[in-house]
This record gives sequence, C-alpha cells and structure tokens, in this order.
Amino acid sequence: MDQQQGYADDVVKGFILWSMVWGLVTVLIGVLISLQLVYPQLNLPPFLTYGRLRPVHTNAGIFGWGIGSFMAFFFYITQRLTKTRLWSPGLARVQLWLFNVIIALAAVTLLAGMNRSKEYAELEWPVALLVVVLWVIFSVNIIMTIAKRKEEQMYISLWYILATLVGVAVLYLVNNVSIPVSLFKSYSAYAGANDANVQWWYGHNAVAMVLTTPPLALFYYYLPKSTGVPIYSHRMGVIAFWSLIFMYLWTGAHHLLWTPVPDWVQTLAMGFSVMLIAPSWASVFNGYFSMEGQWNQMRDNYLVKFLIFAITFYGLQTLQGPSQAVRTFSAFIHYTDWVPGHVHMGTLGWVSLVIFAGIYYTIPKLYGREIYSVGLANLHFWLAVTGQIIFSITMWVAGVQQASMLHASNPDGSLHYSFMETLIELYPYWTWRSIAGIIYLASLLVFLYNIVKTISAGKAQPAEQKA
Amino acid sequence: MTERKMVVFLIAATCVFLVGTIVTMVVPFKSINDPKLKIATVKPYTPLQLEGRDIYIREGCNNCHTQTVRPLLADTERYGEYSKTGEFVYDQPFLWGSRRTGPDLARIGGKYPDAWHEKHMKDPQSMVPRSNMPKYAFLTHPLDTSLTEKKMKTLGFPYTQADLAACQGKTELDAMVAYLQKLGTDIPWREAAKTQLVGELKNPFLDNVTVLPEGKKIYDANCAQCHGADLKGGVGPSLVDIDKPDADIFTTVYAGRQATGMPAFGDTLGKERTWKVVTFLKLRQRH
Repeated sequence: MDQQQGYADDVVKGFILWSMVWGLVTVLIGVLISLQLVYPQLNLPPFLTYGRLRPVHTNAGIFGWGIGSFMAFFFYITQRLTKTRLWSPGLARVQLWLFNVIIALAAVTLLAGMNRSKEYAELEWPVALLVVVLWVIFSVNIIMTIAKRKEEQMYISLWYILATLVGVAVLYLVNNVSIPVSLFKSYSAYAGANDANVQWWYGHNAVAMVLTTPPLALFYYYLPKSTGVPIYSHRMGVIAFWSLIFMYLWTGAHHLLWTPVPDWVQTLAMGFSVMLIAPSWASVFNGYFSMEGQWNQMRDNYLVKFLIFAITFYGLQTLQGPSQAVRTFSAFIHYTDWVPGHVHMGTLGWVSLVIFAGIYYTIPKLYGREIYSVGLANLHFWLAVTGQIIFSITMWVAGVQQASMLHASNPDGSLHYSFMETLIELYPYWTWRSIAGIIYLASLLVFLYNIVKTISAGKAQPAEQKA
Repeated sequence: MTERKMVVFLIAATCVFLVGTIVTMVVPFKSINDPKLKIATVKPYTPLQLEGRDIYIREGCNNCHTQTVRPLLADTERYGEYSKTGEFVYDQPFLWGSRRTGPDLARIGGKYPDAWHEKHMKDPQSMVPRSNMPKYAFLTHPLDTSLTEKKMKTLGFPYTQADLAACQGKTELDAMVAYLQKLGTDIPWREAAKTQLVGELKNPFLDNVTVLPEGKKIYDANCAQCHGADLKGGVGPSLVDIDKPDADIFTTVYAGRQATGMPAFGDTLGKERTWKVVTFLKLRQRH
C-alpha cells in the first residue's frame, strides 16, 4: 500500500476533503445568485447581494475547489512519478492550514465589501500577500521533490505541474500590484486601458494556468492509470505542451475586443486564440487515441467515463472559445449570457469531471478501501452531465436571443428594443439555469455521500489491488 | 544531472511565457500612454466622486454593469458616443466589466436627474418595474470620510479643502450619485449627439382616441415613474391638463430637455410610439 512505500499522503487526504467542502460552498452560492437574478428580493443587503456574492462564488470555485484539489493531486502525482517522498510533509501541513485560512478570509472580506474589483483578483492586498506566501511554500515543496527525484524521465504530467507553478506566480504577482491606502483598501497600480489589458492577460491566463494545465496534468496521469494502457503519444503531448504555453499568453485581449485597448493587441489576441485550437485538440486526440481497443471501458469503467467526457468538453470548449474570440462574433455575443454558458462548460464539464475522476481513483487508494458504490458514482456522473448541459445550452440560447434583440434596428436606424425589453425575456432562461444548478448540486451531494461512505464504510481492498 | 534538467526546463518554460507576455502586455504600456490619445477635458475625480466610485467597487456593481461603449450601432445608439482610451486615464482600477446583466454605465452621467438615481438606488423596481437590481436603500447612512484625503493623495488627484468639506454630512448614496453623474461627461458628447428635429412636426394621431390604450401603456412603462401614475408629478412635474402644442411635447419626449433632467426617449420609443404617448397626454382629460 502507498503509505508503506513511504509517501506523504495524509496531506493529500486533507486537501481533497477540504476542496470538496469549498466545492459544495461554491455550487450552493452559485445556485443562490442564479436565483437572485430571477427574484431580486432574495438579495439581503448589505452582505448578501449579488454584487458581493458573485466574487465569492468565483473565488471559492477557482481557488477553493480548483486549486485546493490540484494541490492534493500535485502532491499525490509528483511523489509517484518521481518515486520520491515529498520534500517536506511538515511544510505541506502548514500549507493546508494556510490554504483554508485564506479561502475563509477571502469569503469574509469579499462579503464585507473589501474588493479590488478585478475579476479573479478581487482579494485585498493583505489576503493577496498570503496567497503569494501559500504559492511559494507549495512551489518549493514540489520543485524540491522533483529535483531529488529517483526517476530521471519527467513524465508529461510533471511538465504541466511545473508550468502551473511558474505561470501562476508570474500572473498573480504582476496583476496584483496595488497601492495600499489602508489595511482594507488599495488601488490598482495601473490605470484605465492599461489596467484592463493587464487584468485580462491575467484573467485569461488564469484559465490557462489554473483551469487548463492542472487538469491536463491530472488527465495525462489518471487516464492511463484508469484504463491500464499507456497514453497514445508522449511526443504529441510534448509538442502540445510547448505550443499551448507559448500561445496562451497572447490571447488575453480577446476579452477586450471593441474596447479602447489598441487594435493590434486585439488582433493578435484573436489570431492566437484561433491557433490555440491545435495544441488543445492535440490533447483531446491524445486522449481519444489512447482509448483505441479500450472503448468498451466507457461502459465498464466509470472513471474512464468521467475522463473521456471531460476531455470531450475540453475539446468543445476550445472550439467555442476561439470562435468567441473573433471580432464579428464577439460583437454579437459578448456581454450576454452566452459567456457564462461557455465558462460553465469548462468549469462544470471539463475541470470538475477530471477532478471527480481523480478523487474517485485516489481516495480508495489512500484509504485502502473499495469505492462504496459504483452505482452512486454513475448516478453522480449522469446528474452532473445533465445539469451542466442544461446550464450551458439555456445560457447559449438566452445569449443569442438577447444579442439579436439588442442589435435589432428599425428601418429609420433607431433600435427596436429598449434594454429592459431584452432583459425581461431572460427570466425564463434564468429559471432553467437555476434548475440546472440544482441538478448539479444534487450530483455533488451524491458524490460527497459516496466519498464519505467509502472512507467510513468501504470494503477493504483485496490484496492484489493494493499498490 | 536530473536537477539540472529540471532547472533548464523551468527556465525554458518561463521564457516561453514571457514572449507573448512582453509583446501583448508590456509593450502596449507605451502605446496606450501615447500623449496623442490624451483628452484635455478629462478631469480626475473629486473627493465625493471618488468616494462614490469606491462604493461602486465595494458593492461589486461591475459584476452586472459594464463601462465601455463599443463602436457598434447597438451600443452607440443605446448608450452614446463610443469610449476612448483617454477617458479612462484616472481609473485605478478600470471598471469595464464583462457582463451586461444591467445596462452599460459608461455614459450614464447627465442621463437622469439626481432625484431619479436616488429613488432608483433605494428601490429600483419603483422606477423600472421588472428590473432585477437589488435594493441599495442602506446606502443612505453617512459617508465615512476618514480616508478621503489619503485616497486623493495616493492617486495624486488635485483637491481643495472646500472639496473635502463638501463630503461632510453627505450620505454614501450622495457620493454614488455624484460618481454616476460624472461618468462619461468629460467629453461634451451629449450636446453633440442631441437629436435635431427638422421640418414641421405633425401628430399623425391627432384626436385619434383609438390609440389611447396604447398611449397609456407606453406612459405607464416609461413616464409614470417620474411623473406619477396619475400624472400628478414626482421627480418630474405634473402633466395634468398639460397645455402645450403637440409638437412641443413630442420634441421634449423624443429629444429630452437636458436643462431640466428630462431624458430623451426617441431611441427607446421611436417616432410612432412617441406620438401615441403625446396623444394620450393631450386627450386623456377629455375622455
């Protein structure tokens, strides 16, 4: 069993369980704020308004659920791929404490209105500084473990892990430069169009370095582990890796098409966004080709089902994303519900499905037990996929309808609809979005129950499955 | 040996990141700050406006409202002149947003009178019946001015003691309204964009009682919030027994009257519906 091989796994357990708590929090808040859009009386000022809750939703999702579970998996995967015990389990333990303190502080300060307004970089400077400390502790531990590894070859997952450590550090430091006024208030060091350009360089590459490279590291590790056959092509993975991390950094300004940011920056962002289809789909194909002769496992092995659906959503996401990055299409759907529809295909579909697979694989290994119920895992899968698809499709339809109405004009050149006339058409779609969110919440509860029962009442794993 | 390989990898990955970063994030600092893009009339925020802006940030208004008008018909017709780089040089942070759950606010300044904003912030549904905006009545508590001067100094904005004194005794709501009324007004676009009505204006529905029900519907949806459901006035004056030529009323509704705070409804209503509401105002007394 793993513990007997001397790996430090207690902290992996800690991060997995805490990230699940924050995952539940983010979906609960997501459902609440989706209902607030339909029933404004559900806003409870001053603390529980949509404006204050939405950053809690995004931060708990990206940092609590996303980063939290990635920390667990990076520790788990790195030790196994290097055949080396974690450099400092003590430091990792400190990191788990600090992580939870930060996420809790983030929630409290955001609800109190301490907020720098830049998306996914809202936390005020004292909390942001703690995040930097957290990331340094984490990076040192992983890098030192890899440095003294016993396995010379670095498997592709380690590449994605190292890129994540460097990438997040650069992005976070640059975008968070602020001038403090007091302990609770600071102003961005950049102004106007500059600030916008820095922010979306950060914002879009947070998608790259938090919602793309870490799940890819997991995917490349857990797919072969789950199917029992190796990945189709390590070389294709390598080419995809370098082109992905090269191209992503050029694309931030596709969030700023038609704004006062210089046109040439927008055009470069547009071009590179389209080019990104190639490295993204290289990973998708790598996943699909790895399944050759193994497709029966889609029926027999629920882990494979999670992973292959995940990579499929990633493929769809990386086709839809570039299409939105084209000026003409952006002019139509930007600022509408289309975009939340897109984002949630990535987060609920791609990222979360990979994490679910990782947890289903890892928890039984760490506790030496079999999964409590494969039936419940399947139920979780179908509820999650159903909720996600209803969410995204209703948002896309809503976005197209509102965009069409906003752009409709009369023969004399005046506009056909007032803003409010377009907004009231969205209420039915928003109701469906809430229903989709509740379905996803139900899937999460099934998942949590299954994991808790696995830990507390799962059957001990038979000897031949250990190690 | 294996350590060196990892260090080389880390350096290579960092360099690969930096190429796109330098070209699309660092280099634009030079062109965005180009003095040619400066707009002389753009002024920094006053202490009261800055406090209002900080409340806008605190409440997360940018989660539902954008602040950039794109050079697209659907944007410029609805919100006004498209946004220019030079208009944002004092915005730390920028507040362009990413989703228009509510309308864009880049040019909200001067669109409505202060009294409209006050009523709307306290109870949005009283002014826009099917709005989903939360109520911000709690902003009526006194403005905390303990950091105001330090904030102005931090940002390097000019101010006088009189400017600071003007914040005393104000509520957070006052500050918010002061901020909203500044937005987009540094360039004189509203004058330039003012609708010029040319030629003789003749009511096509003169004495046509069949349009009264529709006229009333338009009135209830667009006018009643300020002029009262019974036309007896509120934010705006009473319209009971209005005794002006149809053409004058049409001009006021269609093009607005900036001096009095009357917004222009031409973009929302178009000519035909504007005439219908004019007909309603004129004929309702007799029917």
